Amino acid sequence: MSESEALIGELRDLATRYGAAPAEVLPTRPDVTVVRAGAVVVKAHSPGTARAPLERRIRAAAHPALREIMLQPVTGEILVAGDRLVTVWPAGTPVDPRSPQAAPWEEAARLLARLHAVPSRALPPLPPAGGPARVATTVARLDPGSPAGILVRRTLACLPPPADGPGSLTHGDWHMGQMVRLRGEWLLIDVDDLGTGDPAWDLARPAAWFAAGLLEPEVWHRFLAAYRAEGGHAAGTGDPWPRLDLPAQALTVQLTAAAVAKAEHEGRPPDEVERVLLDTCRRIVRFRDACHSVPTQ
Amino acid sequence: MQCPKCRGAMRTYERNGVHIDQCDGCRGIFLDYGELETLTRMESQWAQQHHTAPPPPPPPMPHGAPGWGAPHHGHYGHHRQRSWVGMLFST
Repeated sequence: MSESEALIGELRDLATRYGAAPAEVLPTRPDVTVVRAGAVVVKAHSPGTARAPLERRIRAAAHPALREIMLQPVTGEILVAGDRLVTVWPAGTPVDPRSPQAAPWEEAARLLARLHAVPSRALPPLPPAGGPARVATTVARLDPGSPAGILVRRTLACLPPPADGPGSLTHGDWHMGQMVRLRGEWLLIDVDDLGTGDPAWDLARPAAWFAAGLLEPEVWHRFLAAYRAEGGHAAGTGDPWPRLDLPAQALTVQLTAAAVAKAEHEGRPPDEVERVLLDTCRRIVRFRDACHSVPTQ
Repeated sequence: MQCPKCRGAMRTYERNGVHIDQCDGCRGIFLDYGELETLTRMESQWAQQHHTAPPPPPPPMPHGAPGWGAPHHGHYGHHRQRSWVGMLFST
């Protein structure tokens, strides 16, 4: 029996115990395993996940201040299966990837705005949010010698380091797969990157998709308008780009690195969407170079 | 005219329309009102003739789109494309 089969066997046992129903493996990203049984899911976190920060994040998710914003765990306890940390959650209905046109952009924006408005002092202390660190680790996985790898690294090298600041509560890895519907309400899921940080990073993925020309301007503006109408402060007021430029550029680098790594892994040239991202990287380099060479007076 | 620093005698030169008073004693230079600006202007003209000008700063974008964004229309025909949907839903 392989290691992953053994893990899935243990997760099935745990899920069945909590959910009292037959267990099934749900599709998710490769470093995480999720098994559902009836009304619960059990999640084996990524290998190497540290226990102490995960405990703090689970405690935050269970806190009343995040009720109706984030999914609350079934138990605050962290279980173990093999060498993996496991948490237990209510099973919700995710956004349907087969109909991306029906994706709940406004609901997402409102949830993020409300998350960003929760004062950090209302919660137990949290580790830094996960966004900025992920950019470098994703780029590090690329073949450094390929033309795409060279371009992605060069783009990353153009970007100034993210500014340190007091920060606010930030999801740290928001995308359309990070929401479920439970009892008719949308909620944010996945505490793995939850923490204190620049909340603009939670808007950076859609901002990057819009800037690349992949997300329709109409959808982007609906998302941003809903975020601001709910009191979201991460994009400032007026022109959002002074706050969004750097995180959206960094996310473009990350998305390009992940997309190119996938194409390399599948042994094929970049497809149209991946080429759009590579073009965006080229524009970022030109934009940053032009900014640097403006004489200061 | 007497040098304000060392009290030496100052001699007046004219170079390309700029009056320069230079002290024979300490070699200090005195510029009349507006002459420094004239020199600066002439220097920058010279620099422009002898170096390629720096690239202009990125033009300000209309409110709502970043300067590094997609130039015209986007690529919105990709909604059925696997890699776009995959990206929308993955870490």
